[in-house]
Amino acid sequence: MAQIGQFALALAWVVTAYSIVASLLGIRLKHDNLIASGRNAALGTFVCITSAIACLGYLFAVSDFSIKYIAAHSNRDLPIYFKVSSIWGGQEGSLLFWGWLLTAYSALVIVQNWRKHSAMMPYVVAVLMGTSFFFTSMHLFIVNPFNQTVFLQSDASPLPFVPHDGNGLNPLLQDPYMVIHPPMLYLGFVGFAVPFAFAIAAMITKQLGDTWIRTTRRWTMVAWMFLSIGIMLGGKWAYHELGWGGFWAWDPVENASMMPWLIGTAFLHSVMVQEKKGMLKVWNMVLIILTFIMSIFGTLLTRSGMVQSVHAFAQSPVGGYFRAFIIVALSGALYLLFDRLPYLKSENQMESIVSRESSFMFNNLILLAACFAVFWGTMFPIISEAATGSKITVGPPFFNKVNVPIAIFLMFLTGVGPLLAWRRASTNSLKRNFLSPAVIALASGVALYFRGVQHFYAWLSIVMSIFVTLTIIREFYKGAAARSSGTGETFLEAIVNLTLRNTRRYGGYVVHFGFVLLFIGWTGQAFTTDAEGEMGVGDTLSIREYTLRVDKLGIEDTPNYASDKATISLFEYGKKVANLYPEKRLYKAGQEKQPTTEVSIYSTAKNDVYLVFQGGTRDGKKAIIQVFYNPLTMWVWIGGIVLVAGTLIALLPNKKTILRRRPEIESKEERKEVEEKV
Amino acid sequence: MKRKQLKFVAGSVVIILTLAYLAYSGFKEGNAYYQTVSELYASKDQAYTRRLKVAGDVVPGSIQREGKSINFMISQQDEKTKQVETLTVKYVGNDAPPDTFVDRAQAVVEGQLGRDGVFVANKMQAKCASKYEKESAAGVRKSD
Repeated sequence: MAQIGQFALALAWVVTAYSIVASLLGIRLKHDNLIASGRNAALGTFVCITSAIACLGYLFAVSDFSIKYIAAHSNRDLPIYFKVSSIWGGQEGSLLFWGWLLTAYSALVIVQNWRKHSAMMPYVVAVLMGTSFFFTSMHLFIVNPFNQTVFLQSDASPLPFVPHDGNGLNPLLQDPYMVIHPPMLYLGFVGFAVPFAFAIAAMITKQLGDTWIRTTRRWTMVAWMFLSIGIMLGGKWAYHELGWGGFWAWDPVENASMMPWLIGTAFLHSVMVQEKKGMLKVWNMVLIILTFIMSIFGTLLTRSGMVQSVHAFAQSPVGGYFRAFIIVALSGALYLLFDRLPYLKSENQMESIVSRESSFMFNNLILLAACFAVFWGTMFPIISEAATGSKITVGPPFFNKVNVPIAIFLMFLTGVGPLLAWRRASTNSLKRNFLSPAVIALASGVALYFRGVQHFYAWLSIVMSIFVTLTIIREFYKGAAARSSGTGETFLEAIVNLTLRNTRRYGGYVVHFGFVLLFIGWTGQAFTTDAEGEMGVGDTLSIREYTLRVDKLGIEDTPNYASDKATISLFEYGKKVANLYPEKRLYKAGQEKQPTTEVSIYSTAKNDVYLVFQGGTRDGKKAIIQVFYNPLTMWVWIGGIVLVAGTLIALLPNKKTILRRRPEIESKEERKEVEEKV
Repeated sequence: MKRKQLKFVAGSVVIILTLAYLAYSGFKEGNAYYQTVSELYASKDQAYTRRLKVAGDVVPGSIQREGKSINFMISQQDEKTKQVETLTVKYVGNDAPPDTFVDRAQAVVEGQLGRDGVFVANKMQAKCASKYEKESAAGVRKSD
């Protein structure tokens, strides 16, 4: 099976190379059959890499430890679903998985768009396959997942052998969230390759209208959505697996996923300005190029061990190749952009600082600033070492100081931006749209202040959240009221139909609302408290309105791990609300037994009670239990779900208007939508 | 037209300067010099005043809990002199040490070096270097 996998990789490499050459040569020679053959080769790559992935999965399923990757990341007693997810549990496999998603996306793009955009597509194929070629080369030559397990003899010559059992999957990764977190993240990272490929193709073919943006709009949203899901799942995993009570620590690996997300978010917004006003064309090119590069850079950061991180990732040879690829891709794209500048002239100019355009501009500016700050902070050890010779790291205070105000300003724009008129907003419209939400938000702010919310940023953040929520509700209300009085629908029907008729706008509002919820949850972190105690059976520990009581301390044994486990009753205002079971597990695979913490969480809309089994005292009679009181954390996850739901709504095609107005008075927007469908 | 553009420029400059100031003050608050054990000893007096991050392998058997703090040693072989240098660490952080903090793990401690030569750390990261990557770099060791 390993030979088949190996062969599939080699074949993929050849076919990918052929696809690039055939596509480019076909265009040059205007040879349609050659172009078509390049396309088919790209589809073939997908088949090859799919076979390779299937082989790897099979090898995991049958525990074939003669393959190094399997021996290093699996063991016999590992449950089957973790065996499958071990495919992306390590360096080689996760890169293969990346490459596979890329070929899958490429195949999908080809099937969807080949006819529609015949001039652009060969270039799109060439760009996607160029990226894919980089990855297949890595799979085949640098980090081949099908290499044999070897035993290094005393003279350092390798001798193949089959270990009795594998090393096991990192216990921290034996978690359902870790099964789906990497695929989601990668679906996001890789997804940005598609708009990037279209952008490059648009520049090469000089078709620089908004075709490429319209074509890839949904792709960008899908990629952005997956990336958001991936980041959320990563946070959720960290929260319940790492046991330090939080979900985000500005670790380099977390930052790696945040950077493309920030620029991708900027891109999603600024393309609207190009669609509506024909502005920011160069800017959008820059953004999508950067988003793509940041996705690759993110993969590099997580995969090369370039920056110290708590995540135990590899120190490996891939770094140099990734850097080379980034340099080539970035300089090529920027050169092309520079060359095509004359074709990217803006059709309009900014007219007023209080306008939709301007709010988009500021949105972009600070998202980019946020990304830059994250980049700078992440890379500072390397930058400072190059500049001064000493490695200086920056801590969470740096990231928080910069990003908290940015996030609050973004919230402000989230509330204001969508309601500002294009070109210039009149004072009257400002009053009409914002006076009541602003007054209510400020009044609630005053009330909150006197009820004890005096942490400045937290206060501001809650006031902003109220303000944004009100503007969003108002938008739905206004639209639905107008619709129901016009059509006789009930209010609820009107809301649904309204949303379905303009999914992008109202889906966008839902996304914004998700962001508000997420933000509220995040603000709760400012008020986290914790307590710790050595507790025997019957002992109690109190934190705010809660009391814990240890009912049992015991040991549990399974084939995969053994664990120390506490059974704890949780009381809220003296009334029992839950049984919690924090544990400390010791996994059995591998030579070094590593303990892992399994936290136990009681979660409500108001707050989480988060229990950590820190360890036992030496005599074994007591457990050291740490408890965190985390206000509002649940809203982070709910916000994430709403955000995804909103994106899904925005992805729906608009429902056609039943009562067609006369074509000549149709708005420009609707006409465009119709054109798109044709 | 000119005046309008001036407004945009002014707005952007204000935003960027504010952020730059915040970045600078955040940096001052949380920065730390990342050093190896031997670099730490080489930097002499400066070592006592700077906030430091030091990496090394946890010396087997050295981990001892003492009330709320944990005492242990980390060691590292100097790349040039091949000498193994050791540093005594007293961890007094709020958070529990990570699960990966075991004998021979690669630990990164953050804090300050006391005049008594004991490094007082209030933050710690650790990873089990041996388990994952050293082996896959050289092939899996024969199981014992």
